[in-house]
Amino acid sequence: MKYIDHHAHMVSRTTDDYQQMALTGCVAVTEPAFWAGWDRSCADSVEDYFRQLTEFEPRRAAQYGVQHYSWLAVNPKESDDRVLSRAVLERIPKFLDRPTVLGIGEIGLNRVTRNEIATYTEQVELAIAHEQLILIHTPHLEDKYKGTTISVDVLRRYPEIDPQRVMVDHAEEHTVEMILEHGFWAGLTLYPQTKISPQRAVDIIEKYGPDRICVAGACDWGPSDPIAVPRFAMEMKRRRHPEALIAQVVFDNPVRFLSQSPKFKLPALTPDAAPARVG
Amino acid sequence: MTRAPRPAPLTGSQLVDEYFIENRTRLLEVAAFLDRLDRTDPPCADTDFRMKAFAEAVDALSAGGDRVARIQLLLSDPRTGPLDALDRKSALGAYDRWAKEARS
Repeated sequence: MKYIDHHAHMVSRTTDDYQQMALTGCVAVTEPAFWAGWDRSCADSVEDYFRQLTEFEPRRAAQYGVQHYSWLAVNPKESDDRVLSRAVLERIPKFLDRPTVLGIGEIGLNRVTRNEIATYTEQVELAIAHEQLILIHTPHLEDKYKGTTISVDVLRRYPEIDPQRVMVDHAEEHTVEMILEHGFWAGLTLYPQTKISPQRAVDIIEKYGPDRICVAGACDWGPSDPIAVPRFAMEMKRRRHPEALIAQVVFDNPVRFLSQSPKFKLPALTPDAAPARVG
Repeated sequence: MTRAPRPAPLTGSQLVDEYFIENRTRLLEVAAFLDRLDRTDPPCADTDFRMKAFAEAVDALSAGGDRVARIQLLLSDPRTGPLDALDRKSALGAYDRWAKEARS
C-alpha cells in the first residue's frame, strides 16, 4: 500500500531506513526542521541544516524513489533562545522559494515559556506574510495539553489563517478534539513510547473518523520507527477496517493537506525519474 | 464538530480473542514494575510525584468511560499560563502537583 509520511526527520536516519520505507510503500516524506539533540551555536549552523534539508536530503531520498519535501523553522526546543531565533527567522525567507519547501514548521512550544510563545507567534506571522502552510509541534508528555491549548489560542488570534492550511501535530487523546473542532488538521505521530502508538492512533480514527487526520512515523534520532505508518496500516487491517479507509488515512489525507502547496506533486502523477546519485 | 466515527467491525468477543493475551502481558508488566519498586525502595511509590500520579492512573483504569483521556489529563500540567523562564528542555512524564510551587 502506498503511503506518505508527513513528519519524518530523515537527516537522523541511515539510507537503509529510506530503503526500508520504500520497500513498505513510502512514496514521499516531508521533513520538518528539528532540534539536533543539542543546541546550535549560531544561525550559520541552522542555515547549513536548511541547505541539508533542501539540497542533500531530496537527492538521498530520490535514490529509493521517495520524494522528499521540507518545512523550515526554528524548532520549539531552541525557540526559547530569542537571539538565535530572531537571527534564524531573518534567514528563512530566502529558502522559501526552493522547490521542495512546503511551509513553516515545525513551530510551536516545548516547555511553554514566554520566550517560546514569542518566537512561535513570530513564526506564525512569518507564515502568514509568505502565505505558507504551517506545521505545528505540540509539546511532550505533561506539557502537551497546556501547550496545545496555548498554540491553538495563538492561531485563533489571526483571522487571516485558514485552519485547513494548518496541521497541529503530535495530537493525542486529550488534545485531538480541540484541534479538530477548530478546523485544523490533526497529525498523529506514532512512537514506541513517548507519543501515540499505532493501536491508539487507530482508536482515534475509530472514534473521530478519518477526516483531517494524518499519521506519521517521526523517524527522529530518539526511539522511533521508520516503518510506523505501515504498522498503523497493519493494525487497521487487524481490526478488519477496509482498505479504502486505510488508504484514506495513509495516502489520500496527506495528499489533500500537502497539495495545498503548489510545490507538492502527487506521487502517482510524477513520472519515474532515474535515481540520483549522492556523494 | 461533525465527525463520522468508524468503529472497528470486530465484535466484543472478537476484540477480546484478538487482544487479550497482549494486554494481559502489559498488565503483568505494570504489576511487575510496581513489585520491583516495592522490593527496591518501598517508600518511593509514596514520595516520587511520578509514582503518585501513576497510582492515580492505575485507579482510573477501574472506572468506566474515557480512561485514556482521563489518565492523560491526570499526568498533565493543569496550569494555563506560560513559564516565565526555561527551567529544563525535557518533559518528565507527569506534572508534580504536590510541589510547593504547584500549590501556591
